Amino acid sequence: MSATQQQFCTFYVQGLMYGVEVETVQEVIRHLDMTGVPLAPDVVAGLINLRGQIVTAIDLRRRLGVGDRREGELPMNVVVRTADGAVSLLVDEIGDVVEVEEKDFEETPNSLPSTSRELIRGVYKLNKELLLVLNTQRSVNLSASAGESEPGTH
Amino acid sequence: MMDEFIQEFLIEGSELLDQLDRDFVEFEKNPNSKELVARIFRAIHTLKGTGGTIGLEKIELVNHAGESVLCRLRDGKLSLNADITSALLRMIDVDRQLFASLESTGQEGEIDLSGVLHSLNLILAGDEKSCAAAASAGPKPATPAEVNLLGEILVSEGAVAEAAVAAALNLQQEGDARPIGEILVHNGAVPQTTVQDALQTQSDSREEAVNSNIRVDVNLLDKVMNLVGELVLARNQILQFTSNQKDAAFLSTAQRLNLITTELQEGVMKTRMQPIGNVWNKFPRIVRDLSNSTGKSVRIEMAGTQTELDKTIIEAIKDPLTHVVRNSLDHGIETSAERVAAGKPAQGLLFLRAFHEGGQVNIEISDDGAGLDLDAIRAKGVERGIVSPAQAAKMTDREAANLIFLAGFSTARKVTNISGRGVGMDVVKTNIEKIGGTVDIASTRGHGTTLKIKIPLTLAIIPALVVTTGGERFAIPQVSLVELVRLEGKTAETGIEMIKEAAVYRLRGNLLPIVYLNRELKLGGQDGERTAEAINIVVLQADGEQFGLVVDEINDTEEIVVKPLSKQLKGISCFAGATIMGDGKVALILDILGLAQRASVAGDSHENAASSDREAAGEGGGQRESWLLFRVGERGKLAVPLSMVSRLEEFDPQTVEMSGNHQVVQYRGEIMPLVRVADALQLAAQAERGGPMQVVVHSDGGRSVGLVVDEILDIVDQHVTITSKAEDPRLLGSAVIHQHVTDLLNVPELVMSMAGGGRIA
Repeated sequence: MSATQQQFCTFYVQGLMYGVEVETVQEVIRHLDMTGVPLAPDVVAGLINLRGQIVTAIDLRRRLGVGDRREGELPMNVVVRTADGAVSLLVDEIGDVVEVEEKDFEETPNSLPSTSRELIRGVYKLNKELLLVLNTQRSVNLSASAGESEPGTH
Repeated sequence: MMDEFIQEFLIEGSELLDQLDRDFVEFEKNPNSKELVARIFRAIHTLKGTGGTIGLEKIELVNHAGESVLCRLRDGKLSLNADITSALLRMIDVDRQLFASLESTGQEGEIDLSGVLHSLNLILAGDEKSCAAAASAGPKPATPAEVNLLGEILVSEGAVAEAAVAAALNLQQEGDARPIGEILVHNGAVPQTTVQDALQTQSDSREEAVNSNIRVDVNLLDKVMNLVGELVLARNQILQFTSNQKDAAFLSTAQRLNLITTELQEGVMKTRMQPIGNVWNKFPRIVRDLSNSTGKSVRIEMAGTQTELDKTIIEAIKDPLTHVVRNSLDHGIETSAERVAAGKPAQGLLFLRAFHEGGQVNIEISDDGAGLDLDAIRAKGVERGIVSPAQAAKMTDREAANLIFLAGFSTARKVTNISGRGVGMDVVKTNIEKIGGTVDIASTRGHGTTLKIKIPLTLAIIPALVVTTGGERFAIPQVSLVELVRLEGKTAETGIEMIKEAAVYRLRGNLLPIVYLNRELKLGGQDGERTAEAINIVVLQADGEQFGLVVDEINDTEEIVVKPLSKQLKGISCFAGATIMGDGKVALILDILGLAQRASVAGDSHENAASSDREAAGEGGGQRESWLLFRVGERGKLAVPLSMVSRLEEFDPQTVEMSGNHQVVQYRGEIMPLVRVADALQLAAQAERGGPMQVVVHSDGGRSVGLVVDEILDIVDQHVTITSKAEDPRLLGSAVIHQHVTDLLNVPELVMSMAGGGRIA
């Protein structure tokens, strides 16, 4: 693999292809039973048991603000390593691992809605479609977005 | 990169220094113990020898001087006195400084040795004759970790005179390459067989030291602990399968797996366990030094030093315990003269006790000193604005004693270098609470103070009660659990009463605030209690207050492995973590204190008191608190903080009797004075309307007072900002509650004024 090439693990959220660097992906697994967390921010879908490790699942649809999955459609887990441990990103469908070249990269177009623009680092123009590069660290960082507001100090 | 030898030396040397601290204090008590002096001598000898071997000149120099002093002590040429002990202890302190420098920089650093060397040499100056073993400093011991020198063994067994060993050592020094035993036999100082026995003893003790212990990296232990946690979960999952399996072989294997896992878990937990003595060991030295510097005479006693605690907990309580011990010595125990004047033995006693109880470790630190000056504490509390004068006056002794745990509190008359700066006890409390522990203090004026600390055995695996609400399971740490109450049939419908919005249950006569878990967690659905035939109330304790948590179902108690929540969920104060249940699903662990605060049933009375004072002074920005609204006479609405209300009762006016000038009623086998709020505040009383009297019962320290009001209106939970300050001290001021101007009643002040003015109704 030359210096200008990079491998991405791809997946789909509401018809669009997103990707994260292959090195940051711990594993990809089918839907797992989840335990909801009351009072948690909306985007937190719940907690999953990943072979004894408790991992927070974040629904990318809600994170990107693109509306919920249809009833009965089960999401897949893309477990990524972040600075604060493993986090699972819930996506609609898993794609291939694709190899991209630096020359195909372009900044995120300004026309995207700001909620998704801040989570997307840029776009690779592939032959048939566009690959949106997800900023994983920002995607799992919820402190900026609305959380449960705690009651007064006492 | 630190030298491997130095690293090894630091680990071994630190243990020796700890041991030396203890031995010296012991030695001071038993100056004639040959065994102790020999042990101290060997430890210093090892420090000197090993330090010298790896080129640590300062360590060699200091310990050489110390060794010379000890040598004379051992030979009876010097007798131990406080000066010598202090000089030797100072030597150990210098060793520690050198160690600290070595650890951080790998060098011995620029530590000035002249002071300690001077004092050691002064002691030596009395006796010019050189000591044999000290003079033998030239040849370094061949093996740094020498267990026992052969010569020492022979001397201590009395098989050979020390002079003979010294002569043999001199020969070795002059170039004789033979082992010391051989020289001794050759010189006819000792028979061959004796040397062989001694050699056996030496190799035995060497083997013992080498074989019985190994050093293990704590990180590795943590990893093993985590893996065992996983194994416990996997085991729990397998056990779930066994219920629908009939294969006998599988069942018996599962059973074996179960037993082995449990034993393994216990074993691994044990590897992380350390006796509390490891922390306490340094206290004799602290006590000795502080007694000397404060001119007090204090003896320290310990019980239960073998009580074991998880390593992380040991680390966490080290500093708080040290602080408490220093406090006892500095403030608690009086000077000898004061003690004698008070009819107590001149020597004070500091007693440390540790024991296991109900899955927790109890640590008690008591002294037989002056005890807390509760009046001074109350006065200080008022001065610092922590409590109002009225509140201070009505505080029970126990409540007053616990004021010392609040930040910025110190009653020490003078600030010493030991304690008294007003920081400390609050930090002690915070640190203990951080690891899930509790602190309580009891004190009797003139007889001493006892501080009781309760801490969990371990933080990793805890017993928990599993409950279900809204289809979700939650784990409740057993330490917060007080009891379980189940209301069935008729009581299920009427058991929980409403004071307007607030639900309460009468638990053995006390009003227990009720919290519905499904409502607090916004789980939606029906309140289980309306549909089910039974209501399950889990009675919990948080921050000294009890409350009842209504859940749909109470499942079981289970040992759970606590896992932290990810950063995304840290902000939710209701959860302490998560765990994996037997069926592999995740369940959340409730943080009882967080939940109570969310539901505002846990009120820290001191904080509330402080805040209402602030508000009364017109500074407060408004504090969220529950208030009981009631109507008195024509004046309209009054409110009192709900924390001041213990019960609401109705009395038949016929039952009111007179005691002296006071109206009283018989209440729970006691006589309770009544205060007619309307009369007290000289409000236009309402015309007698018949029916039962409405009484707000305020209890304090076992005494109850009934406030007679006309009508209970509501309980509100809102930010109350006091808009105008009242002239009358019995009113905190006025505030707008529910769009109505409401006077806020200062209950303690009202009760006080009644009692003082003899105007109770």
